[in-house]
Amino acid sequence: MTAAVLAAAASGCGGSGDDSGSSAPGVTATTVTIGSHQPLTGPAAPGYSANSAASKAFFDYVNAHGGVHGRKIVYKYVDDAYNPTQTVSVVQKLVLQDKVFAVFNGLGTPTHSKVVDYLNAQRVPDLFVASGCGCWDEPKKHPQTFGWQVDYIREGKILGDHIQKTYPGKKVAYFYQNDDFGQDGVKGLDKYVPSGQVVSRQSYQPGATDVSAQVQAIAQAKADVVVLFSIPTYTALFRLAALKLDYKPTFVVSNVGSDPITLDGLLESFAKSGGTKLQGSPLIQGMVTDGYLSSPGDASNSWIQLFRKIHDQYIPKLPFNGNIVYGMSAAYTFVQALQNAGRNPTRKSLVDGLEKTKLTGPGLIPFAFSAQSHAGYTGAQIGVIKGDVVVPQGQPLTTDDGDGPIQPYTAPQPQAPASGVPAGG
Amino acid sequence: MGAFRLTLVRHLAGAAAGLVALYVLTTSVGPYRDLQIAQAAYLTCAVAGLTVLTGLGGQISLGHGAFMAVGAYTAALVSAHWGWPLAAMLAAAAVVTALAGVLVGAVAARLEGPYLAGATLAFAVGLPGLANYSHLTGLLGGQNGLTVTPPVPPAALGETFPLERWQAWIACAGAVITLFLLANLTGGRFGRTLRAGRDDEIAAALCGLRVARLRIAATVVSAACAGLAGGLLAVVASLAAPGAFPLTLSLQLIAAVIIGGLGTLPGAVWGALILVFVPSWASDAASSSGLSHDVASNLPLAIYGLVLIAVTLAFPRGLQGGLRDIGGAARRRLPPSLRRFAPGGGAPGVPATHRGGADEPTTDQASAPDPDPEGAGGRDDDGGGAGGRGERLRR
Amino acid sequence: MVRFVNLTLAGITQGAVFAAVALALVLIWRATRVVNFAQGGMLMFTTFLAWTVVHDGGSYWLALGVALASGLVIGAVAERVLVRPVEGGPPLNAVIVTLGLYVLLQAAAGMIWGDTPHSYPPAFTIKGLTAGGTRLLLSPFDLFVIGAVALVMAALTVLFVRTGLGLKLRAAAFAPEIARLQGVRVGRMLTLGWALAALVGSLAGVLIAPSVFVGPSQFDAMLVFGFTAAVIGGLDSPAGAVVGGLLLGCALSYVSGYISSDLVTFGALAALIAVLMVRPNGLFAARTGRRV
Repeated sequence: MTAAVLAAAASGCGGSGDDSGSSAPGVTATTVTIGSHQPLTGPAAPGYSANSAASKAFFDYVNAHGGVHGRKIVYKYVDDAYNPTQTVSVVQKLVLQDKVFAVFNGLGTPTHSKVVDYLNAQRVPDLFVASGCGCWDEPKKHPQTFGWQVDYIREGKILGDHIQKTYPGKKVAYFYQNDDFGQDGVKGLDKYVPSGQVVSRQSYQPGATDVSAQVQAIAQAKADVVVLFSIPTYTALFRLAALKLDYKPTFVVSNVGSDPITLDGLLESFAKSGGTKLQGSPLIQGMVTDGYLSSPGDASNSWIQLFRKIHDQYIPKLPFNGNIVYGMSAAYTFVQALQNAGRNPTRKSLVDGLEKTKLTGPGLIPFAFSAQSHAGYTGAQIGVIKGDVVVPQGQPLTTDDGDGPIQPYTAPQPQAPASGVPAGG
Repeated sequence: MGAFRLTLVRHLAGAAAGLVALYVLTTSVGPYRDLQIAQAAYLTCAVAGLTVLTGLGGQISLGHGAFMAVGAYTAALVSAHWGWPLAAMLAAAAVVTALAGVLVGAVAARLEGPYLAGATLAFAVGLPGLANYSHLTGLLGGQNGLTVTPPVPPAALGETFPLERWQAWIACAGAVITLFLLANLTGGRFGRTLRAGRDDEIAAALCGLRVARLRIAATVVSAACAGLAGGLLAVVASLAAPGAFPLTLSLQLIAAVIIGGLGTLPGAVWGALILVFVPSWASDAASSSGLSHDVASNLPLAIYGLVLIAVTLAFPRGLQGGLRDIGGAARRRLPPSLRRFAPGGGAPGVPATHRGGADEPTTDQASAPDPDPEGAGGRDDDGGGAGGRGERLRR
Repeated sequence: MVRFVNLTLAGITQGAVFAAVALALVLIWRATRVVNFAQGGMLMFTTFLAWTVVHDGGSYWLALGVALASGLVIGAVAERVLVRPVEGGPPLNAVIVTLGLYVLLQAAAGMIWGDTPHSYPPAFTIKGLTAGGTRLLLSPFDLFVIGAVALVMAALTVLFVRTGLGLKLRAAAFAPEIARLQGVRVGRMLTLGWALAALVGSLAGVLIAPSVFVGPSQFDAMLVFGFTAAVIGGLDSPAGAVVGGLLLGCALSYVSGYISSDLVTFGALAALIAVLMVRPNGLFAARTGRRV
């Protein structure tokens, strides 16, 4: 009898301790637990393994500065080795066993597309998928899922528009990764680059060890402009093969494959002149690209200053490159979303908050988030690599992923908050 | 004949006991554990099929992950295009993969040792890559693969019946049926001739066995098991995608065969359990360790590598062989008067229903590490005439 | 025509790199009868050590020396500590131990150096040579790689065919009991076999590194293609490894250039099967009669 009463009391205590005004899974009086699947090992680990470390560092920084509404963010990211079977397994573990409040920044199209249905059936907010597939923006079918980065079709349109205007009549060639990243990018490009101008379309398979056959075909077609929808290692491989063939076109590289710091690391051994450390590899100078976040080499940018400070404090060993800026920017957006979810966040208030409040954040471009759209950044700004910085050209541009026009966006990029923590909502 | 019937009855009883135990287990744990049980169950199918091929047939395969891919894609396609019911979908996965096994087996039967390893390795790498071939992407979904609609638990189980438990039941039923069929198959003439072909190809041929055909048959059986495993994976994980069948998967399967105990069906279960639970446990340990990012990210991989090395060094005949050695040693410590009452009675590995007689090893030899562990001798019911003939042929 | 010449040159360059890995696998197979999956991990690790030297300002040749020396040590230690206990046991156990070692080395490299790939300098320029006014897909560095591979092939052939040491290595691997009776110190020979194979592997790593970058999983594909090349050529023959590598390299280059880049790995499978159907023990298999 006594034991039963004690047990009831104990469970009552536990219950009230857990609840404290919010009945949402993963939320306690002092913590909010979120999860993610990330490629920490395996084929996609090079480069992308750093994203989650950067997000974690940003959350740790926010926690050290009071957290969100007094709660600390506990970020559990689990390795899925970029294997969809493992993605399914780790996401179910996060939802069923760790009872996460939301899934944040799950990485990859082949991987995340296999858990979208599950997360929506379980009504788990699925925020800021780390992939530029347009497929995250389906609010009717997947009301819990939100994209974040600019999708590859929009990016292709903006790059295609730039090529059409800047290099009229020139011969253009495409070099793209043979998956939705490259294929969507080409879809966007084809909306603007006149088909008569495209003299060669070459693709590569992720995991291939040699791309010189493709580079040689493009060089033989004498393309003046080469558009690369490739990840950084293949941008570097293309660049080296072009060096071998003494082929010097204008390079236009998608955001994913153009991070100057990463490319420097991949190319530095080939560009040393007299043993001096160069500021930016000569092999990437003048590359045209596009961006929706601050460039990691831009030391005068307030966001880069903030992110570098956090990087130096929490993860000093990792190279400060585009992946770090990406991970921290996404984490910043999540902190904003959590603040908008109110003092006692629920899964519903998190999703509603995103659909109702206009977020302004690290990016140069506005988000599309609304009840009708779950797409993330709606465009990008053209830039040129000088040294190890992407120097912006013209104005930021926004567009849609259909046949809509490309329009300039005139509002300046907001400054990073002095405290580093987004102003509470 | 009586002995055969006895074996069949024992296998049936074993299967029934297994189903009951799995029922109790799956209904007493949470949904995530159910999912892990389902994963272990489908991996058991693939590992069991491989252990028959490699342990009894003597043919290595580093390409069973590709067979699983064939099964998974078959299941996904017949379910998406023709809406086949679950059982038909899984049967199609097994049958189509068995057909693929005929082709692979015909090639593999001519090869040996590292050449077979190399060919099957290339198979593991090359086949899933076909999904990216531009003329097939419309059908196979390219790099992103296909999404499979998860099965719906029957209404009779109630509305709140967890999907994960239903998936676990499906996968466990598949595993139990696979083990039951393989136990009967390898305990009979098929297993006997397989071992004969493995132990001495020429002697077996002189005895009138068609070794090449035998090897193809073993590959087909093994492929069917892997195909069923792939079909079950498609049902449990709701997908078929090239990234789900990397070379690592094929290497994990052969590793599970060895650390479980080459040629033994219970060993296949041990191996599958290790594949599922060690990484999950290691990943928990890593994420709560507070180590730096690079160290914590790679810690589960390091633990997995260490487990592979440690188990192989500590138990050269696999976990199942190790357990039997420990069991044998414990029994030997008993005074002789008690020994025959100990479970298993007498020599480990020499079954009560033993008929082969003359050239079977004695107690002490059997419990000493055997340099050439006699394939499926791991299973009690398998000794007798089965191992006997192969052994005799060799001598 | 330019296209064909360039695809062939690209194939030969790739093939030389496959051959470098294949040679290490052939050496260890001849000397210990084990297919060493850890080869990929060992050469990745030694290349990382060499990269550290270069990164800290050391010269290319010093780094190469460090790679070779560490290869010798890692090979010998791996044999003594991990492989020795399973030698003479079921052959697959040794395979699984090497697989475990491979996974372990990959994890260790990830822990020490992180997952971001790094560039590795070539010994000579990678700018292509010019012939008849066109730049070819063949650079002085490629010639260096091809030359180094040819040299290793010749050295291995001489070692196995002409020297007493080679004979002892082969004897220890093929018939340890008989070799022991003849006074061959079998254990020492096996250790030496592993050390030499790891040495060749570490050279391969440094030769490959400029074209695939240095990272924990950057060499995986090379191991697969190297193994395929060794099997095509015949695991018992150094010359076979080189011919197998060149054939595979050219086949993949033609598939990639003339058919489709999607089919490269499938092309490797097709090439391997085609060869094995005609020659089940590889192109350069010694004629083996089976006596009953």
